[in-house]
Amino acid sequence: MTIEVRNLVKKFGSFKALDGVDLKVDNGELLALLGPSGSGKTTLLRIIAGLDWPDSGEVTFNGEDALAQGARERHVGFVFQHYALFRHMTVFENVAFGLRVQPRAIRKDEATIRARVKELLDLVQLDWLADRYPSQLSGGQRQRIALARALAIEPRILLLDEPFGALDAKVRKELRRWLRSLHHEINVTSIFVTHDQEEALEVANRVVVMDKGRIEQIGSPDDVYETPATAFVHGFIGESIELPVQIEAGVIRLGDRPLRLAADGLAPGASRLFVRRHDMLVGPPGSGAFEGAVQHVRNFGPVQRAEVALSGGETIEIDAPRDRELRAGDTIGLEPRRYRIFAGV
Amino acid sequence: MSAIAARRRTLPGFGLTMGLTLSWLSIIILIPLAGLFLKSLELSPEQFWNILSSRRTLNALRVSFGLAFAAACVNLVMGSIIVWALVRYRFPGRRLFDAIVDVPFALPTAVAGVALTALFAEKGWLGAPLAAAGIKVAFTPVGIFVAMIFIGIPFVVRTVQPVLQDLDPEIEEAAGSLGASRWQTIIRVILPSLGPALLTGLALAFARAVGEYGSVIFIAGNLPNVSEIAPLLIVIRLSEFRYADATAIAVVMLVVSFVIIFAVNRLQRWSQSRIPVR
Repeated sequence: MTIEVRNLVKKFGSFKALDGVDLKVDNGELLALLGPSGSGKTTLLRIIAGLDWPDSGEVTFNGEDALAQGARERHVGFVFQHYALFRHMTVFENVAFGLRVQPRAIRKDEATIRARVKELLDLVQLDWLADRYPSQLSGGQRQRIALARALAIEPRILLLDEPFGALDAKVRKELRRWLRSLHHEINVTSIFVTHDQEEALEVANRVVVMDKGRIEQIGSPDDVYETPATAFVHGFIGESIELPVQIEAGVIRLGDRPLRLAADGLAPGASRLFVRRHDMLVGPPGSGAFEGAVQHVRNFGPVQRAEVALSGGETIEIDAPRDRELRAGDTIGLEPRRYRIFAGV
Repeated sequence: MSAIAARRRTLPGFGLTMGLTLSWLSIIILIPLAGLFLKSLELSPEQFWNILSSRRTLNALRVSFGLAFAAACVNLVMGSIIVWALVRYRFPGRRLFDAIVDVPFALPTAVAGVALTALFAEKGWLGAPLAAAGIKVAFTPVGIFVAMIFIGIPFVVRTVQPVLQDLDPEIEEAAGSLGASRWQTIIRVILPSLGPALLTGLALAFARAVGEYGSVIFIAGNLPNVSEIAPLLIVIRLSEFRYADATAIAVVMLVVSFVIIFAVNRLQRWSQSRIPVR
């Protein structure tokens, strides 16, 4: 199933939740919608599911107009952040729900339904919980049951809204890996929403980064991390150092200090320079583009995180390997191994 | 209780509050009820039986319990619909309607009785068109039924409303995306979730209607064997100084009400035990 979204706009009052979104999802993809809260990612997901309606724009499934159908007809599996399990039904009945409410003409007989539910509970590895009630399960178990319930109707698309958002860190990590392998197994076109960049980069084939109702970048996890298309993406994904710089006459200035960095092809004016924390190489004073004084050092396993006051006024945090111990008071030179400059402030 | 065990109790004040609870419940509820039973013991079993099996008593009990149950059922259905509208939709005047639901709580029942009688009398606003259609409400059992509906409605609305408010709309979205029609969602998902609250509302509306006196006697006509309710018969017996007769009827009302309330309570427990609290 391919999904195509064209020029989608959705307002809540005066707030623009979606501001002209175009997106194409290929068959069998596992796509992440990544962005901060209020970026419109959940709204986009809900519109694709038929739980919300856009003010304008198009949504098609395999070229067919999806907006002409309600949630019921779209055959989309939806997994909610807070599970939305039916509390008065056992796990078994929860998973069977979608099969039991089918129109009589296509409804399976009881034996087939039982076999199918058993199969799904096996798939999510929770067959031993069939007779429990949702309130007796842990968060991770509930979410897997919610997933099994969504898969019961053999959805054409699987949509997951912050599926791991309510779980603790360890369970999240387990379930991420599990979701990836599950997707590999069932291979249904899937979109999940997350505000957790690590989750998006680890699980998805492709990542869509959103901000303020617009798509900032679409690309593989490597693309969005290594070659961010916009300042927002660079700042949002990965730990970035952000410095306000001024470009004039082929020179990049930080404050009043010119940096020894090439300014070829850059438009003059106020800009922002982005460097990953671990891309700042530490050298002796006088070497590199920047110079600064170490303020604090803390150790995080293989790296040391140092707060450095740059001569130029800004204070930054860098992650350096521990082969050369930094001490508070040291004066060091810093050379960005890689950096990017985006025009504007 | 040993000193250590006493110190281990995390919530202090058990002795005091438990003592107050028991003495208060005894003074307010248990002692008067025990007095009722004692009074009825003045009768021999044979006398007791004769009072109860008299046609007038049986008819009064039938009118009271039968109409109260019918009224509670009507209130259950209409009350649920009112709750749905008040909780799920935003419309002008919603808060006003929400407040109006409480009027039967607050209105003196005699005032309600007089108002309903005037409204449904043969020349009243509603009574006249109904009479033209051949339906007589005031001074018939139908009038009793109407009064019982009036005083019972807030009990259903106020018990079900908070539960529906707490019901996560995502539950309904989930049902919809799994292919359930609106109707299937209501029958299979919403109603079962509201079940315990609906039963409680039914029980409360029923109990209130059984015990209702003030509004009913104005509209009922109080014809023995036809539109005479059991509480009125008790008052009549008291005014005739036949105290034992009055208490015998009272004891039966008490026992039947208790059994019904207890049964509903068990049913509610049972349906709740299937949904363990989080």
